[in-house]
Amino acid sequence: MSEKIKKVDNIFSKDCNCKDILAKTLKKDKDSFIQELIDSGLKGRGGAGFPTGLKWKFAKMAEGDEKFVICNADEGEPGTFKDRVILQEVPQKVLGGMALCGHIIGAKKGFIYLRGEYAWMKQDLQKAIDEMHDAFKTMKLDFFIDIRMGSGAYVCGEETALIESMEGKRGEPRNKPPFPASIGFRGKPTVVNNVETLVYTLMIAHIGAPEFKSLGTADSAGSKVFSISGDTPIPGVYELELGMKLSDFVEEFGDGDTKAVQVGGASGFCVPRRKFNDTVIGFEGIPTGGSMMLFNSHRSMYNVLHNYLDFFVEESCGQCTPCRVGCQQLLKGIEAVKSKERDSSYLNELIKLSETMHTASKCGLGQSVANSFNSIVEEFTEEIMY
Amino acid sequence: MIQTKTIVQELVKKHGNNRESLIPVLQGIVEKNNYITDEDIIEIANTLDISAGEIYGTTSFYTFLDTEKRGKYVIRVCKSIIAVMKGKAEIIKTIENILNIKVGETTPDNKFSLLEANDIGWSDKEPSMLINEKVYTELTPEKTTEIIESYLRD
Repeated sequence: MSEKIKKVDNIFSKDCNCKDILAKTLKKDKDSFIQELIDSGLKGRGGAGFPTGLKWKFAKMAEGDEKFVICNADEGEPGTFKDRVILQEVPQKVLGGMALCGHIIGAKKGFIYLRGEYAWMKQDLQKAIDEMHDAFKTMKLDFFIDIRMGSGAYVCGEETALIESMEGKRGEPRNKPPFPASIGFRGKPTVVNNVETLVYTLMIAHIGAPEFKSLGTADSAGSKVFSISGDTPIPGVYELELGMKLSDFVEEFGDGDTKAVQVGGASGFCVPRRKFNDTVIGFEGIPTGGSMMLFNSHRSMYNVLHNYLDFFVEESCGQCTPCRVGCQQLLKGIEAVKSKERDSSYLNELIKLSETMHTASKCGLGQSVANSFNSIVEEFTEEIMY
Repeated sequence: MIQTKTIVQELVKKHGNNRESLIPVLQGIVEKNNYITDEDIIEIANTLDISAGEIYGTTSFYTFLDTEKRGKYVIRVCKSIIAVMKGKAEIIKTIENILNIKVGETTPDNKFSLLEANDIGWSDKEPSMLINEKVYTELTPEKTTEIIESYLRD
């Protein structure tokens, strides 16, 4: 590993006992732990990046006879697979984070919303849950975790769509506000956190905020688990310090011929080679839920964009018009330019359409199509045209 | 195929008689029969007291809650861009040749359906596919042939 990229061993480290960490933290003052989370600067690791401490604080403050903790294990972003590895390798840390959250906000019930594509791990996960339930009893912690399965809908990774799905409905995102921290599952205050985020809350309980934020930058504290794929000799899951330069990343993981990196999956940004040097991976630069896809000079960026748009057309929930119609028109549009039915100036109209989608779509799905669309069309115009 | 009424009643007993249990019930039907029939939907509607239209609306939203007739083994080959780069097309061709069906089709003996799926979470080990709930990764045409043949013998 180059010196410029710092590999971290926090999430997967086995030299800590998460039951002990949990038992110890349960004895601490709840508000001071929330303050510790806020001080740590931890932001949600699923992609949206909301400060975790604040989310917990709002849910704790919210009035409700019942509250819930939901672990969002619906990772569907193309090129992401880190939660799969976390749930396989250190499930007890995820469950520990959920229990900690439940204790802090006052929830007695937690759910793991596991994507249908991961049904093969359900049995192992249930075993880990059963074991953890025994530990909760020993600690006299009243907390119970259940698994709910997804059924192959990308949009259910959006927290309010996920809640709708758990309530037995179509996974269509809700209007926000109200946010789930005040009105969530069954209308009750609910924290929805990504798998990785929950593990970090437990690790912050273990190592403390100062050590956590000794890594990363002011805007992007700590480390993050990346899913690295595509044209790389070493695909896989890596925990890396946030705030690295993309050029350093490519030097480490590229195959020597990297043309572009898609940061953040299909809903993220495509960065061309000439911008590697000026691109920082983190909330001050380009944030990512972890997906890093590398493309070398043999790849057609038209095919890449076409694949993403195909994906969005299928996964748009259809509830709001800008996203439903916009995704289809963008796909038809680049096909028309490619086949010379339309000239290149049509791409400008398509960019305007994607910007409208960004402004007018109801949820992150429709809003973020413009990220990959505009960055690929603007940076690789010739490849789209010819 | 297990009788509609029995299976719906069993699933409702297991998951509860309310709206929240709708998706687990539908998932249970797919687990047993691989797809959801109109009779299933009507039976659930009567049992949970939800309109059949509402249930169909929910079902049709989710890729895995199929309402089209599917075979005993549903093969879903990942079609993400990384899968494409790593040779997904060859895997599809291999399966099409062995089973003599195209993507979207079911074999006449109702044993296999061949579908494509959006990212199934194995970009580090593409090409990949699901057969029902089981996952197979780092596929080559040879490996795929072996896997499909083992199901053929089943």
